[in-house]
Amino acid sequence: MADTSGGWLYAVARELDTDALAGLRGVAGAPVYVVRDAGLAAVVSAVDLAEFGAEPLRRNLEDLDWLAVTARAHDAVVTTVGAAAQAAVPLRLATVCLGDDRVRDLLARRRPDLESALALLTGRTEWGVKAYADPEALASVNPADTAGPSGKGGAGTAYLLRRKAQLSAREKAERNAAAHADRLHGELAALATAARRHPPQDPKLSGRKGWNVLNGAYLVDDAKADELAAAVDRLGAELEGVRLELTGPWPAYSFAGIEQGAEQEPR
Amino acid sequence: MSAELEAAAPERRIALVDLLDRVLAGGVVLSGEVTLSIADVDLVHVSLRALITSASTLERSLSGE
Repeated sequence: MADTSGGWLYAVARELDTDALAGLRGVAGAPVYVVRDAGLAAVVSAVDLAEFGAEPLRRNLEDLDWLAVTARAHDAVVTTVGAAAQAAVPLRLATVCLGDDRVRDLLARRRPDLESALALLTGRTEWGVKAYADPEALASVNPADTAGPSGKGGAGTAYLLRRKAQLSAREKAERNAAAHADRLHGELAALATAARRHPPQDPKLSGRKGWNVLNGAYLVDDAKADELAAAVDRLGAELEGVRLELTGPWPAYSFAGIEQGAEQEPR
Repeated sequence: MSAELEAAAPERRIALVDLLDRVLAGGVVLSGEVTLSIADVDLVHVSLRALITSASTLERSLSGE
């Protein structure tokens, strides 16, 4: 069976307490184990290539139930590893190697990147802040504009004028929302070592009302975590028509890449 | 389906959308024999969009349209 199995990678850690991983199971319920290369520890579990090989994986990714279960299993191991190590770099979902030698080879070849990522993440935690804007509150339309002209003009003219007012109210709301989001991100990023904006979430997927104008991730010194939470409370109270949501602590998914620092703008 | 999307993890309550933002677009990329490409991640986004479309179609048909 050796030729039909691969190793699914979860995270690369430094000073990992392997006892804390005892009994831990990853994707497809397989037990996790550790592959070491001179001070770096990769956490891995065996996966069947019939399900997790390149081709089947592509098919399975289209199955949201499969994706949900796999993403949660991956995250559960990454979270446990993070708590059991001085620092841990999470791996992108679905990184599979053929054999432990290949894992050691990757650790050796990417050592400089991994070391610098570990240095960045040590003593810091990722937090998420999402901002939802209420379009109506942000437009703060003057009622006189929407009431339409009284008397003359006819229904058609009244409709057109009303429609024009609605459109400009929407534009105003969008401008306000973007300005609020930029200010929020700027203030939160000032508290963080690194910051990044994920693309806004679709309200139908998140189940949340309002425009998701900010979907930010912030890598914050552990000593400053309270300060970040306080800033979220304060900004949420200050900005009318915007609701803030703090998520985390997260494994540092958003700051593990070597493209860190390059801020990703919403698509 | 939306119930699954909001299902809670045993230890930490995490919205799946927040998790997917991170595990698909974040994490260090080591080129293993299998690595998610940008095209693969786009594929997931296509599936998510398809889900939204079919969910809203279902809503419309349930609401008697």
